[in-house]
Amino acid sequence: MTEVATEVAAQVIGAHAVPLGSYLIVGVILFTIGALGVLVRRNALTVLMSVEIMLNAVNLVFLAFARFHGGTQGHIVTFFVIAVAAAEAAVGLALCLGIFRHKRSVNIDEMSALRD
Amino acid sequence: MLPQIIFWLLAAGAIIASAMVVLPVGARNPLYGALSLVVSFFFVAGIFVLLLAHTMAVLQILVYAGAIMVLFIFVIMLLNLSPSELGEEKKTVAKGIGAAAALLIGAKLVTAVEASTKLPDPRPLSANFGTLDAIGDALFRDYLVPFELTGVLLLVAVIGAVILAKRSLS
Repeated sequence: MTEVATEVAAQVIGAHAVPLGSYLIVGVILFTIGALGVLVRRNALTVLMSVEIMLNAVNLVFLAFARFHGGTQGHIVTFFVIAVAAAEAAVGLALCLGIFRHKRSVNIDEMSALRD
Repeated sequence: MLPQIIFWLLAAGAIIASAMVVLPVGARNPLYGALSLVVSFFFVAGIFVLLLAHTMAVLQILVYAGAIMVLFIFVIMLLNLSPSELGEEKKTVAKGIGAAAALLIGAKLVTAVEASTKLPDPRPLSANFGTLDAIGDALFRDYLVPFELTGVLLLVAVIGAVILAKRSLS
């Protein structure tokens, strides 16, 4: 059943349809957008979301290489990246919440002191 | 031809939706940013399906769009930030340098990808490539220890998040 489904998908999608370079370029563009967000924006929530965009771009590149290499390792790495992203988002947002209670602001320029 | 059209439509959607997070539209109002990030995740999941990574596409939607974004939107609504609390976006020299550096790295990587002539053609795939069957087999046979460690990581993250978000530590 799965064999048939994969075969049908391969025919519909086309084995040689989109070259590897196209996937890599889209990954690079998404990564650049994320990096821009981290470097330019000063709102901690937007910075965290930009980090998620960067992680997602890296996942895309891993899966593109896995597809063209024919191995499962890229999928495994993507799995772990998604798990780490979930952990990072939970801790990062909790930090945001704690800092906002303290300083009434989520501007990362104001988060420069190690104590009160 | 059709796969290429689908691919570039999905790619354009993902790029535009991601840009909305970073552009002032999303940055001035984080809720707009979070919602366009969900849209971006869905487009990228579509590209994952084109790469025959069905399991990862489903996981992407379940974990990112289902769990992480709910967390983001929950926190944004909980904070209910006013423009002054968001902090004003000043244009500084450091930011200009940062933006220029990011754009330079991006442009360099794009030209490097376009200049490379040895990108491989797709290899023949096994019949169960990208299915839950193949991923689960690799995950629980070859990568069992990292998988269990991921569980520990998530437990530590949950405990850390609860402690950090509590009002007082006493």
